[in-house]
Amino acid sequence: MGWTRKDLVTMRELDAAEIVLLVDTAASLQEIAGREIKKVPALRGKTIVNLFYENSTRTRTSFEIAGKWLSADVINFSASASSAAKGESFIDTAKNIAAMSPDVVVVRHSSAGAAAILARELTCGVVNAGDGAHEHPTQALLDLLTIREHKGHFEGLSVAIVGDIAHSRVARSNIHAMRKLGMTVTVAGPPTLIPPFVQELGVKVSYRLEDAIRDVDVVMMLRLQQERMTGGLIPSLREYSRYWGLTLDKLRARARPDVLIMHPGPVNRGVELSPEVADGRYSVILDQVSNGVAVRMAVLYLLAGSKGAGA
Amino acid sequence: MSTRPPRLREKAQVLDETALDRALTRIAHEILERNGGAKELAFVGLRTRGVTLAQRLNAKIAGIDGTTVPVGTLDITLYRDDLDMRGAPVIRGTDIPFSIKNKTVVLVDDVLFTGRTIRAALDALIDLGRPKMIQLAILVDRGHRELPIRPDYIGKNLPTSKRETVAVRLREHDGEDRVVIEEPEEA
Repeated sequence: MGWTRKDLVTMRELDAAEIVLLVDTAASLQEIAGREIKKVPALRGKTIVNLFYENSTRTRTSFEIAGKWLSADVINFSASASSAAKGESFIDTAKNIAAMSPDVVVVRHSSAGAAAILARELTCGVVNAGDGAHEHPTQALLDLLTIREHKGHFEGLSVAIVGDIAHSRVARSNIHAMRKLGMTVTVAGPPTLIPPFVQELGVKVSYRLEDAIRDVDVVMMLRLQQERMTGGLIPSLREYSRYWGLTLDKLRARARPDVLIMHPGPVNRGVELSPEVADGRYSVILDQVSNGVAVRMAVLYLLAGSKGAGA
Repeated sequence: MSTRPPRLREKAQVLDETALDRALTRIAHEILERNGGAKELAFVGLRTRGVTLAQRLNAKIAGIDGTTVPVGTLDITLYRDDLDMRGAPVIRGTDIPFSIKNKTVVLVDDVLFTGRTIRAALDALIDLGRPKMIQLAILVDRGHRELPIRPDYIGKNLPTSKRETVAVRLREHDGEDRVVIEEPEEA
């Protein structure tokens, strides 16, 4: 089965076969990172625009490296240094970029639905690199690739996603994808950070870290997104860290010996993860970053590569 | 997306199991003769059947010479010159777990046709290092070259028409060892 979509906007709309195709393609591209000459000509002559309305180092750099390793021309367009600061609307900026005929636009925006609007407005491929608290599909894909590398499969695995679920697009994308792949998901966090009706996504809810991490295959710790919080959701960082910070003691007492600890980064050291856990033997955080490049190469290859056939 | 390819029917058998095995034995001897042994050799098979043929050649050479030659797998999808025409084909990955630097690399594929796959394979190989020499071993050369590419070792020269297809069937993938010419069924 081949890839037929113009865009990658949400994990929610993909089926299991499409998710597996993306992960398989990424796995095949991993070897490029180990080469002396890290470049293949697949996207020669294609143009990729990184349109970032929110700060991001990891994701933007990762898309940039991915595009360059595939020989595409990558242009970074950051909103703070551009026309957005002069008052141009989102759609006007996008149409101006479209007029320069890119093949793929990678967009990050603080509003949910921004990538969907762009996908509708533009004829080129659009990749959602995070839209508000909605979705972040490439993060879910790199998490899945990392999980499969260590566990060998998806079906039947159990995952605990811990922390600020309410503000997390990473959680939402992962929940949709993991449920489709036959994994069991538990979300855990203080009640103020668990969105109402989250059970309707097919997940279990836990309000104690110690219960959530018991016997699961994967623990995914989320960053406390203080920049998205309007206040009053947690009493203090210290209290959050005491109840929801993952320490080696809690891990040893409750978790399986082969548990994987993941984090989408950037880590607030000493808040959601103690340094011993972040750097310890259970942690696959840096694998996630390496796999991010492979996943983004796969997405760019499938979107830019299938353009001729789909149009 | 595209129209369904026409159904094919078998027109003639080109090689049976014995003939296929003899062709590989001869190629193995030719490789050893041309290179004065197997010391600096490496096989790189093109996915999928080229890899299987490379493994068989390796077994033959081990039987004749007692030397084991490293065998790698090359996926040329990322180097194709027709990505825009076909849509993004599935990538299955390159796996060459040894250095090709200063080696004599024997590229192995089942059928040589236009030569475009081999052009892509040469680019892909050279991106991985600088081999001393690259040679090309092909089970069936069916003609119709579009690029100046010439094999060093040929199992069988087979004049074909462009509408025909050459199908190499190998035990590991298709349950039998046979090469046949196929042609489209009349509509």
